[in-house]
Amino acid sequence: MNKHKVFIGILFAEVIILLMLSLYGTLATKERDRIELPALRELVASLRLTDLSLWTEARYTRHPSQADWFTPFQDFPASFEHFPAGSLIAPRTFSVDPVFPLR
Amino acid sequence: MRRHIKILEYALSSLVRRKYKNLAILLVYTFTIMLLASILFLTHALKQEASFLLLDAPDLVVQKMAAGRHDLIPVQYARAVEKIRGVKKASPRHWGYYYDALTRSNYTVLGIDTGMPGLHLVEGSLPSDKGQCAIGTGVAAVRSVGVGDELIIVDSHNTGTAYEITGTFSAQSNLLTYDLVVLTRGELMRFFGLPADRATDIAVEVHNEREVPTIAAKIRQVLPDTRPITKNEIIRTYDAVFNWRSGMMLVIFSSALIAFCILAWDKATGISAEEKREIGILKAIGWDTSDILELKFWEGAALSLTSFLLGSIAAYVHVFFFSASLLAPVIKGWSVLFPEFRLTPSIDFYQITVMGFLTVVPYIASTIVPSWKAAITDPESVMRT
Repeated sequence: MNKHKVFIGILFAEVIILLMLSLYGTLATKERDRIELPALRELVASLRLTDLSLWTEARYTRHPSQADWFTPFQDFPASFEHFPAGSLIAPRTFSVDPVFPLR
Repeated sequence: MRRHIKILEYALSSLVRRKYKNLAILLVYTFTIMLLASILFLTHALKQEASFLLLDAPDLVVQKMAAGRHDLIPVQYARAVEKIRGVKKASPRHWGYYYDALTRSNYTVLGIDTGMPGLHLVEGSLPSDKGQCAIGTGVAAVRSVGVGDELIIVDSHNTGTAYEITGTFSAQSNLLTYDLVVLTRGELMRFFGLPADRATDIAVEVHNEREVPTIAAKIRQVLPDTRPITKNEIIRTYDAVFNWRSGMMLVIFSSALIAFCILAWDKATGISAEEKREIGILKAIGWDTSDILELKFWEGAALSLTSFLLGSIAAYVHVFFFSASLLAPVIKGWSVLFPEFRLTPSIDFYQITVMGFLTVVPYIASTIVPSWKAAITDPESVMRT
């Protein structure tokens, strides 16, 4: 007769776990911002790094922000992707102006 | 209230009666949510990571373009850039790629000025002499070397060069330095055979960040064969890379949505004869259509809410405690060097809500609609079918 109590209890426990995980995340982020982040940003500033070293398989996946205009598609737009990481990442966006003003 | 609880109690009993079928739905549903949420958590955390870490990247990077491709830039371009009002400093960067045939991996080789102050995340020191280098943990692991050992790599003249490893970057910086080999600037130029008057690109610092787009436009006017990349663009690149339109997200979201459409279609086109008979009996013993709809609502809600929350918790643990190990082979691609990183836990509740609406609501709807169809027909004819 008490199935609804068990069900509500399970739902409640799941919500509490999710909230506690979220709280843990917030605390961990604060701790990291205080201790690790300054050192990491010092590294970026000193070595003048521009990208994350996530994918080392091709130039445009190692440095997506520094890639050639059309390297995300290698040969021509919409061509089949050679590297698997290329199907994970979208081509970068470019600003139209004022860096490249039309004359 | 008591009536609703009784209906909920009946709905749960009904689910337990078909426990194997419902357990199978629960497992598949939870797994789908876990997969979707893992991708959302992972991409959101990586996006956050990039936006925090790259805040101190150069304000502008100026590349030279030749025949539509990135080319080495003349060092004197730095002086031309420095003459632009608002520019604090323009200095050439020397870096490149090295393919290590021994381990079949790619390294990023970076040149630095000698006499750079020590960094917190370097165990040992940065190179100060032409025969020294500092390496990332990925390079150290793949070559099985450490501080005090030698790193032997082949230069552009096909001659093996031994560098004493003076420092390794700590594992905390894996996301930035995993494949890095740092040499002194002069040694890097010798290693790659770069002309003395050329650099890879130019890093520009500006006094006022708000002037960056204007300065970029001026650089394009003064040096038309160059391409300035602003810090904002660098950060936005990672936003675009990991946003919902990126390949992985699109493929998984589309497959999950198609799977839900099939599930919804299957449910909406008909319910089992047993379920129809049950609805007929309930109607015959005095249940209203609204009661039956509420019963079906609770059945759908109990299953989908439990799966949704379980899937979200599993995704959180998978991504932030186990470094997305199930997704790693997919994400890794062909990279030999792929960093082991611990992401800072961060959830975007907007994405969770959207995911909830895309999965929970259609499932409940697809449970209710066919039952409504059965509930509005004559109980006798329903029971006879």
